[in-house]
Amino acid sequence: MLSWTVYSSFIGATLCALWPNLSPQNARRTALSTAIIGFLITLACCFQYDLESAQTVQLVSKQAWIPSLGIGLHFAADGISLVMLLLTGLAAITGILFSWDIETRTREFFVFFLALIGGVYGVFISFDLFLLFVFYEIAIIPKYFLVAIWGSTRKEYGAMKLVLYSFVGSALVLIGLLAPFVEAGATSFDLLELINHPFSKEFQNWAFPVTFIGFAILAGLWPFHTWAPTGHVAAPTGASMLLAGVVMKLGAYGALRFPMTLFPMGLAAWRDELALLAVVGIVYGACVALVQRDFKFVIGYSSVSHMGFVLLGLMASSEVGLSGAILQMFSHGILASLLFGVVGRMVYARTHTRDLSELETLQLAKRLPFAAGTFVIAGFAGMGMPGFSGFVAELQVLIGAWNTFPSYAILAGIGIVIGVCYTLRAMVAAFFARENRFAELPKEALPAITLPEKTGALILIATTTLIGLYPRLLLDLIVPSLNSPMLKPLITP
Amino acid sequence: MTEFSYSALLRLLVPEMILVISALVILAVDLVWARELPSTKRHTIAFSISLFGGLAAVVSLIMGVTISTEGAKWLIVGGATSSVKVGLIGLTLVSLAISIRSQFTKHLGEWYMIALLALVGMMLMASANNLLLAFVALELVSLSFYTLVAFHRSSKDAMEGALKYFLLGGVSAAFTLFGLSFVYGATHALNFTDIATQLAGSSLSPLLTVGMGAIAIGFGFKIAAVPMHLWAPDAYQTAAPPVGSLIASASKLASFYLFARIWSTALGNLSGSVGLENSDLGWVLILTVLAIGSLIIGNLAAIVQTSLKRLLAYSAVAHAGYVLIGLMANTPDGMASVIYYLLTYGLAVTGTFALISLVEETRGNDQIQSFANFHRCYPVEAFCLLIFLLSLAGIPPLAGFFGKFYLFAAALKSPSTSAAMFWLVVGAIAMSAVSLYYYLKVLKQVYVVDTQSRLQRERSDPTLKIIAILMAVGILALGCFPDLIVGDLLADLQ
Repeated sequence: MLSWTVYSSFIGATLCALWPNLSPQNARRTALSTAIIGFLITLACCFQYDLESAQTVQLVSKQAWIPSLGIGLHFAADGISLVMLLLTGLAAITGILFSWDIETRTREFFVFFLALIGGVYGVFISFDLFLLFVFYEIAIIPKYFLVAIWGSTRKEYGAMKLVLYSFVGSALVLIGLLAPFVEAGATSFDLLELINHPFSKEFQNWAFPVTFIGFAILAGLWPFHTWAPTGHVAAPTGASMLLAGVVMKLGAYGALRFPMTLFPMGLAAWRDELALLAVVGIVYGACVALVQRDFKFVIGYSSVSHMGFVLLGLMASSEVGLSGAILQMFSHGILASLLFGVVGRMVYARTHTRDLSELETLQLAKRLPFAAGTFVIAGFAGMGMPGFSGFVAELQVLIGAWNTFPSYAILAGIGIVIGVCYTLRAMVAAFFARENRFAELPKEALPAITLPEKTGALILIATTTLIGLYPRLLLDLIVPSLNSPMLKPLITP
Repeated sequence: MTEFSYSALLRLLVPEMILVISALVILAVDLVWARELPSTKRHTIAFSISLFGGLAAVVSLIMGVTISTEGAKWLIVGGATSSVKVGLIGLTLVSLAISIRSQFTKHLGEWYMIALLALVGMMLMASANNLLLAFVALELVSLSFYTLVAFHRSSKDAMEGALKYFLLGGVSAAFTLFGLSFVYGATHALNFTDIATQLAGSSLSPLLTVGMGAIAIGFGFKIAAVPMHLWAPDAYQTAAPPVGSLIASASKLASFYLFARIWSTALGNLSGSVGLENSDLGWVLILTVLAIGSLIIGNLAAIVQTSLKRLLAYSAVAHAGYVLIGLMANTPDGMASVIYYLLTYGLAVTGTFALISLVEETRGNDQIQSFANFHRCYPVEAFCLLIFLLSLAGIPPLAGFFGKFYLFAAALKSPSTSAAMFWLVVGAIAMSAVSLYYYLKVLKQVYVVDTQSRLQRERSDPTLKIIAILMAVGILALGCFPDLIVGDLLADLQ
């Protein structure tokens, strides 16, 4: 059942590629139905998931694949996987809605888009580390083409940078994947078997940072974050929504599943240094976002800052910190998709500029009220306004960090304050600049916000509000899984 | 010496004899009867005979004969060797198929005959269990290839490429023979197993060191390992695509297989280790130097190439570096991974040469820039090229990734492995990130560059399209079910 999220995406991609004479409109429809089917499968899995026995992974399907190396097709889910699957489903649906107007090479766009989604689903449900790695790499290549073909602003440079960073990260992960063979004599790649393997302390001390950084490159860990802003800016809207919304989470999720779960002693040895990098990322990302002239770069750097919270929460090694980190992954996935949707699709596609000083003259609040309203909601949710998902998540991370590293929590708090500043600055400049009586108001009306855009935005707004008001929907899935035997060692009493 | 039974030996060589006969039949038919026909017809006839001969050879390989102790002095057959031979036949037939529509030579009969003779040589290389036979087979292959590179008469550089190939190849053959004679001098044996028996428990003598060094230089040339790689870019670029495909795929497989067998069967006791820990100097150290050089120089030089064939040549140098790592494992696992890697590499590289042939015919040259807009004119072929190049770069779930993974796993699992080996693997993984860069540069031309000017429909070639599709399907299938081949190979080798 679970594995059908992956299969359905690849089937959808194949249909888009091979169906003879598929019109662009039908390609869009195929892609959207594929994404909806994937989401419905995820929902069905959530209902099948038994909250009573959250101590174990569920919905297991296990088949031999490469027996000579102890590799199996082992799909399963715990609460954390399910939360990420839900996020993927939502980001996929809204990403396609926001890509509705792609006119050039429409079919190919959706082929790469669905292939990327299939890879992402695969990472979230793999409990065999080799399989996880395979899906992690499958997700790399479509990104290149999505950005390089349909992107804007230095698209080829951004695409190549994005892909090479990801690939170097996955090379580090591959080293970490092979290392248990040599040093520890492991015979299987199955996560549930590997956790019982006693890895020596010396081994963990070097294997942990290698694999963690490999994954964290994709999560935008400072100072390996530079692919993220350029990549997000160059990408077409639908792809930046997926990149910031889901692909960055692959890194954080992978780091939690593999190095943190398998090498707890290594984690203990490196925790302080990595938490420092996370905090630097929070503050640095926020400060850089504060001075950007390009609207999309503001969002790009804010992603780096927000992902810093995820990594800080992961390092906090307390239940509240970890659950905050996972909630923040979900929340940032939704909000980043929304913000990139507004900036890339609703504003840039209509005004053809992302320069904040040019946008100031355009009076967008009056001319695109829906876009302005959406951005206000997303912006406030992003800066941690109570009632939206960002608040619950960042609060939990801060509480978790406060217990472990009080000074870092204070710095992260400063990061939130700067976050308020850059969001307000961008919001005012782009939408609510004071009317300049001397500037001539552009006469021609901007094209109205289309139905797919509105639907997409409303889905995302509804989700962030729902989770903000009732976070237990997700926390009930996350917290029991954190207390499972697999992840329990991460939480220091 | 006991009396030798030629009939026993001939029975072991049935597949090779079938191919020799088909080669002669092709030559005769083409000379006597088909000379006046249009070239498409001549191609079809010659290719059909080759295909028939190849299939018959495969059938006789599968039926198999059990080897007598008498025959084992000269040859080994069956098991992994048969798989390698089937692979060689398949890759050669694909290379021949690439030539069906191409106009690179007027001497069709000769082209098919020499290619089939090269195939026979390569199959003998795979079977050889005796230093002398190995050398004869090697020379048969080399001489055929020198001729084939020069066959590309329409290219004025082909002579230069062929001459360079010939001169360097001659020197390398001398090195090989020199090295083999030293090994004979040290052990008084020509048979691989006898050499191994003689060497058991002995340590490295200066005589053997020189011998092994010279053999490594000779084979380093065949497999295009740094610093013996300089012929490759010129030969690849000037040869016609079918010839290039043959040199890049089948010849690599045969040379590596023979190299691996001399090294691990005959000289296995002198392996040593990468880090020189707890053991004397051995051949692993020689291979380490070759591997490091090939990985670095191959990958870095490929970045700056503007011709796809030259890029493939340098990437072949880099791939030789990866395979050498598997060779160093000196275990059945390592051997299985080497064969698997070269088979999958062969699929990708013959497929790429088929598409190079297409582009050369329709757009005049093999510059990477000529691939602009490829996806629009040839959507299916472009997707196949995507699969080939990503498989070469080692992206899962394509076969090339599993090839690399098996190599690395085998190298790390080997009992003689050490920390230095681990660092070598780490370096190889790092260099594969470099390789993705230049493969993506090609794919950028294929998929991203979208000039509207070239929209006129270009001639499509059904043969090349079918070849590309078959190779791509093979790569996908071997990638999704990698244990299909490796499981059998391992069972054979253990």
